[in-house]
Amino acid sequence: MVFHDPEGMERLRKATPARIGTGRAGTRPTTREQLQLRLDHAAAVDSVYGSVSSTLLDELELFAVDSEVTDKELYLKRPDLGRQLPESSIRLLRERCIQAPQVQIVVSDGLSADAIESNLRDIYPALLDSLAVQGLTAGTPFFVRKARVGCMNAIGDILEPEVIVMLIGERPGLITSRSMSAYLGYRPRSGMTDSQRMVLSNIHQGGTPPVEAGAHLGSLIARMLELRMSGVSLEL
Amino acid sequence: MKLTVSLLGESYLFHDLKELFAKANEEKSGDQLAGIAAADDRERMAAKLVLADLTLADIRSHPLLPPETDEVSRVIEEGVDETVYETIRSWTVGELREQLLAASESELRRIGSGLNSEMAAAAAKLMSNLDLIQAAAKCEVITRCNTTLGERGRLGSRAQPNHPTDDPLGMKASIYEALSYGIGDAVIGINPVIDTTDNIIRLLHETKEVIHRWGIPTQNSVLAHVTTQMRAISKGAPADLIFQSLAGTQSGNQSFGIDLRLLQEADQLIRESGTASGENRWYFETGQGSELSAGGHHGVDQLTLESRCYGLAKAFKPFLVNTVVGFIGPEYLYDSKQVIRAGLEDHFMGKIQGLPMGVDVCYTNHMKADQNDMDNLAVLLAAAGVNFFIGVPMADDCMLNYQSTSFHDIATVRELLRLQPGAEFSAWAEKMGILKNGRLTALAGDPTRFI
Repeated sequence: MVFHDPEGMERLRKATPARIGTGRAGTRPTTREQLQLRLDHAAAVDSVYGSVSSTLLDELELFAVDSEVTDKELYLKRPDLGRQLPESSIRLLRERCIQAPQVQIVVSDGLSADAIESNLRDIYPALLDSLAVQGLTAGTPFFVRKARVGCMNAIGDILEPEVIVMLIGERPGLITSRSMSAYLGYRPRSGMTDSQRMVLSNIHQGGTPPVEAGAHLGSLIARMLELRMSGVSLEL
Repeated sequence: MKLTVSLLGESYLFHDLKELFAKANEEKSGDQLAGIAAADDRERMAAKLVLADLTLADIRSHPLLPPETDEVSRVIEEGVDETVYETIRSWTVGELREQLLAASESELRRIGSGLNSEMAAAAAKLMSNLDLIQAAAKCEVITRCNTTLGERGRLGSRAQPNHPTDDPLGMKASIYEALSYGIGDAVIGINPVIDTTDNIIRLLHETKEVIHRWGIPTQNSVLAHVTTQMRAISKGAPADLIFQSLAGTQSGNQSFGIDLRLLQEADQLIRESGTASGENRWYFETGQGSELSAGGHHGVDQLTLESRCYGLAKAFKPFLVNTVVGFIGPEYLYDSKQVIRAGLEDHFMGKIQGLPMGVDVCYTNHMKADQNDMDNLAVLLAAAGVNFFIGVPMADDCMLNYQSTSFHDIATVRELLRLQPGAEFSAWAEKMGILKNGRLTALAGDPTRFI
């Protein structure tokens, strides 16, 4: 497509990640644009249905437990089950984790395995460093397969941490399928709601870089411990 | 009221209307998540058969959510034309379906005015997809803001120029692209990332500026929470429409931070201080499953609750009602089959209650659906006479992270089914040289003409 103002078109393109100036074939998109859209969707779907490699978990010395749901279809249909832990997981946590830690780190694939694969190697050491800088101690970190954010309540009931930080894959978009969120809760226990949690979202190389996010989390957690609260009522 | 049936050698008993209504639905993951869905297809059919023999008076005298405890129920009951209701109260739901399918357009309008939202939902439960299309296609719902929408032969479109940081040029870039495809006649409506009064004021001014500069016959809207819009409008920001998402129960609305009184205040404000010329000043959005998601469903199925959103919306004479059908996720609508069904149901239930229904034909990446499914649903809805679609560059919303219909898709459906944008906007687009005799010209698709 030849534009009336080609330089103007470049300015518009630079101003937005939206797919503009794409041209057309009659009323339909061009072949290249149509296939690119399908390719990006394929990457997003693969990320939802993918799983985190044991290599990554071994490398960071994270052991893994299941949520109440092991099947991906059921995981998508029943968010309530992703918030619960089966007896076998509860037993494993009791056996292997430090009880009542100051900070409990939990990782889950959530809706994007890609988000964990591409960000965890960067955010995890940065998070540990920033906790150390703040003089905070972390409990025994672990990975939960197919968890929802609300699973932090079930974990809180078992391990009784002061603060929990959950690194979890976000629902993938087409611009990136690799976005991760860090959810924070002060004294997470049954009954804690979204409004009592805090979230640092959009963590990926094109958003908040994971190293930066990890470094920021330590001071956020220190502030929560100081004020003994988390959520919308915490003024930052 | 008979709530039992014997079917294929088994007898079925439904304890109340809530249970019957839920089990008579086509399969939806949201009803399953709520634990109220039929156990299998036979039980589903048993429920449909029992429902078909209930009268409209049975439904009205056994409210699913009593008006005494739910203000949405009160609004719905006040919206029923009692004179009409008296003439149809003895019909069974099965008869209602047949009457709706056989009625003339004017008769259909009359019947619709005598229904409450539960009756409209009950009819939908007995209808096939083609029934839903056929009945809805007979409902012409015309609304007026700055421009007119909903006339037969017209297919409106919202330009949805969202941007991940509300960047002014980035937003305008998508508006220019939309206009160059003849998109934006229903509304230029942006979903803001930052829900602060100052930001909403800025976005209202910026959208209005584009409209003024090019003399575009349309209306603007910024889809922030209604209270933020009210603060912006009170400070003099130019808004043609005021927006809010609705739920079908009082507690659902509470979780959205609204109630009837707040909506009435907003209504008064937009009528006194809005910038539009016509009488229809609201833009509502809805979608099956939001009440369950908000913990405010009271054991009522998601189809019926969606219908109740329309009963509530009706009281405010909206310019646009949009069901964002595939946005909520797979725990409510699992796959393309469920989304297509829900889109047709919502459109029918809204239209029969007299609402200017548009549909955001859309899906998220964790649903079992893709762009081909949206192609299908868009054509079905256009055949059903949908008032408008949502237009997003190449269908990919780079802020909300979901896929809807593209500018290309809307232009294609218009060409296929010989539909035009709204009359005033069409004349403008012809004058601008984007359309000629309703078709895209060689100039179409070039956003730089609007820089």
